[in-house]
Amino acid sequence: MAYTEEELKKELETKEYEYGFYTDIESDTFPVGLNKDIVRKISEKKGEPEWMTQWRLDAYASWLEMTEPDWANVIYKKPDLQNISFYSAPKKQAKYESLDEVDPELLETFNKLGISVDEQKKLSGVAVDIVMDSVSVATTFKKTLAEKGIIFCSISEAIKEHPELVKKYIGSVIPPKDNYYAGLNSAVFTDGSFCYIPKGVRCPMELSTYFRINQAGTGQFERTLVIADEGSYVSYLEGCTAPSRDENQLHAAVVELIALDEAEIKYSTVQNWYPGDKEGKGGVFNFVTKRGICHNRSKISWTQVETGSAVTWKYPSCVLKGDYSIGEFYSIAVTNNFQQADTGTKMVHLGNNTRSTIISKGISAGKSQNSYRGLVQVGARAQNARNFSQCDSLLMGNECGAHTFPYIEAKSNSAQIEHEATTSKIGEDQIFYCNQRGIDTEKAIALIVNGFSKEVLNKLPMEFAVEAQKLLEISLEGSVG
Amino acid sequence: MEFKEKLVSSHLAFEDGMEFPETVQQVRANALKVFEAKGFPSKKDEAWKYTSLASLINQDYSIFPKDETNVDLKEVKKYFLFDTDTYKVIFIDGVYSPFLSNTTHDGIDVCLLSAALSKPKYKKLIDSYFNKIANQEDSMTALNTSYAREGTYIYIPKSVVAEKPIEIIHFSTGKEKAVWLQPRNLIVVDQNAQVQIIERHQSLKEHPVVTNCVTEIYVHQDAFMDYYKLQNDLETASLIDNTYIVQEKNSHASVHTFSLGGKLIRNNLNYYHKGEHILSTLKGVTILKGKQHVDHATLVHHAQPNCESHQDYKGIFSERSEGVFNGQILVDKIAQKTNAFQQNNNILLDDKATCNTKPQLEIFADDVKCSHGCTIGQLDEEALFYLRSRGIPKKEAKALLTYAFANNVLESVQLPSLKKRINNQIANKLGVSLGFEL
Repeated sequence: MAYTEEELKKELETKEYEYGFYTDIESDTFPVGLNKDIVRKISEKKGEPEWMTQWRLDAYASWLEMTEPDWANVIYKKPDLQNISFYSAPKKQAKYESLDEVDPELLETFNKLGISVDEQKKLSGVAVDIVMDSVSVATTFKKTLAEKGIIFCSISEAIKEHPELVKKYIGSVIPPKDNYYAGLNSAVFTDGSFCYIPKGVRCPMELSTYFRINQAGTGQFERTLVIADEGSYVSYLEGCTAPSRDENQLHAAVVELIALDEAEIKYSTVQNWYPGDKEGKGGVFNFVTKRGICHNRSKISWTQVETGSAVTWKYPSCVLKGDYSIGEFYSIAVTNNFQQADTGTKMVHLGNNTRSTIISKGISAGKSQNSYRGLVQVGARAQNARNFSQCDSLLMGNECGAHTFPYIEAKSNSAQIEHEATTSKIGEDQIFYCNQRGIDTEKAIALIVNGFSKEVLNKLPMEFAVEAQKLLEISLEGSVG
Repeated sequence: MEFKEKLVSSHLAFEDGMEFPETVQQVRANALKVFEAKGFPSKKDEAWKYTSLASLINQDYSIFPKDETNVDLKEVKKYFLFDTDTYKVIFIDGVYSPFLSNTTHDGIDVCLLSAALSKPKYKKLIDSYFNKIANQEDSMTALNTSYAREGTYIYIPKSVVAEKPIEIIHFSTGKEKAVWLQPRNLIVVDQNAQVQIIERHQSLKEHPVVTNCVTEIYVHQDAFMDYYKLQNDLETASLIDNTYIVQEKNSHASVHTFSLGGKLIRNNLNYYHKGEHILSTLKGVTILKGKQHVDHATLVHHAQPNCESHQDYKGIFSERSEGVFNGQILVDKIAQKTNAFQQNNNILLDDKATCNTKPQLEIFADDVKCSHGCTIGQLDEEALFYLRSRGIPKKEAKALLTYAFANNVLESVQLPSLKKRINNQIANKLGVSLGFEL
């Protein structure tokens, strides 16, 4: 073989994070540290009404009483919250009507990212809300959506323009007291996306948010709120990148989904924050709380491809409150070098005849640690709940780890729960089989990994599936030892 | 006075008047410090998330075994495996009963731990085995260690096959209002030796009993150890069982746990591998009703390559009973070619029954085959219908199906008379006569 696995491994290790550039945009950044005044100032800066400021301050007060959780199976140096800036905004901040008005340098950034906004606008028909250093800079396709009555804007805009919706739903799924990082986010979130689909409307295009941390020494705290009113449908995409930096950056987002009766929300994430270099230096701490609530006959489907971040701590969950509601979770988590991921889901069955499916694929390579942590809970009054979970782990190399921590709690005798998990490496016989048929080892591995994650990749919307597949290749090729 | 304080403050009186080597006393004193610092585990501890000891420790117990109580053989005979000749180590209210027991020093040692701890003859063995694998940081184990005095000591020398199974039975008579028993067992199976052990805790009268038992088992190279735990006690008796097993090269250790009765049972079963080509088997059947609570916490630590472990736990829960399974498989980096399997299946028969299960895998080696599966469900309606359509009444049909569900765990029981007995007990629990024998 001309191209040995050793070489492949080396190439992968030295492969630079391709999104690791830094855009020189003048930013308006707050002094480091966190206190009541900073919270007040953020709110002021965003021109928020008094109730919002108060909500933040309440969240801050309850956050002060919480301690950082340490139950996750990850080891990291806790970020010093007094040493980061909680607000960083690209300075030339005006409201843009169309893309032509956006700072060209910023647009250049997006082109580098490979998400040419223009192109997407024309070709794929995806409406994009771009959040850079926690501030929403461009929302495309707003008008087209407005015709259908769909509201798709930054959350700060929504606070000003649709306070009744925000007031009603913000914190209703993830209250500020939920956990340490959700509390922190509630106090200091700077921006994020807001989406409302009116009754019976099927959103004609994929909605998308792109997050990027640009400024050094800042934390990114964005908040996403998606409300699908009765009988509506929306597919929502989220992607993220960050520049390469030596220090760890903190990302603590909150995503709340509300699916009212007979609504359906499909939420897809491709997470590709900077994972740190191959010595494990730098990288983003990704501590995210995501949860959706399902009313009668509604459905929430989470799909995630996690390839980035130095430390990930993320459990997109579904509260199946309504009868006949459905929760789904499809995940691929890839860790390489020194990355650590502790991710999974929670399915809380409360209504009758609820169903949930969990498919989780973990792939660990290098010296990384990959954990699946999930909860399936069936309440005492939930009749005929049905759950199927499958967690498969693939290990590449002998210095990584794969862990599974499923919690299954059933209080109802009509519940049917199945859980299965396997851990294995790519079999020599599988590779041999491919070799026999003239497929070289490198391709064989790609083929097998692709097959391994196919169940999840298939759930992604087209545009994302391509990107995700590429990401998988970057993260994995050649790491087989 | 809180019960914890009583345990701590009574320790001095416990040590007083006993003649044990200083090393043993030191071990006890250290363990007491650990327990004093940690106290009883609460639901806040991840390992005790689903099991609360609050209902046990809110009352007072007598913790010192009083003098010997005599029990009529007729009264307890039914708890023995009567048709098999066995070695017996019998304790009544925590005190050894020479009248009922049948110990030996002929070729193998089956005797009392208190004798082994205090006699110089055993000093070398005690120094190298006593309290070496028990988790020093676990508060329930530490509590047992601090009061470790009585229990069973078994030593099977090199290449000896124990000809008869060994029965360890603890009776409580209800002579005292409430008792807290802390037996401590030490079992050493030397190279190429074989032994079968049956352990049972039984109260003869309804009264509060809590048994906090620790068993350390060493299975040396090429040895074979087969252990059966029968837990079919009255609904006033609770058991916290801590078992630690170390296995060496080519050895096979198997533990079957039958939890059919009791108020609260917690089984901590830990396996540590010290050599290659080890086989570990952990099997259990749990059939509960009423407000019973059984918690199985297993750990298999694969620390060497080419080893295998099999876990298979079945649970059948009716009425308001609660079942917990918390299985952990740990595979170290060097433990390549490990095969570790874990299976946990549960049936909830009634609406108020609860089942919490947490099968964990923690794997650091890449060339392994590890899997776990767990299900919670009901009896197959179709299978039930099939049987009923052939004239089998609903109750029997249900019993047949649940029996079949638990059966593959029974299949690996090596002692025919024990198998028959458990078989009958299960049928009894399910409230039917099966009409056939195994």
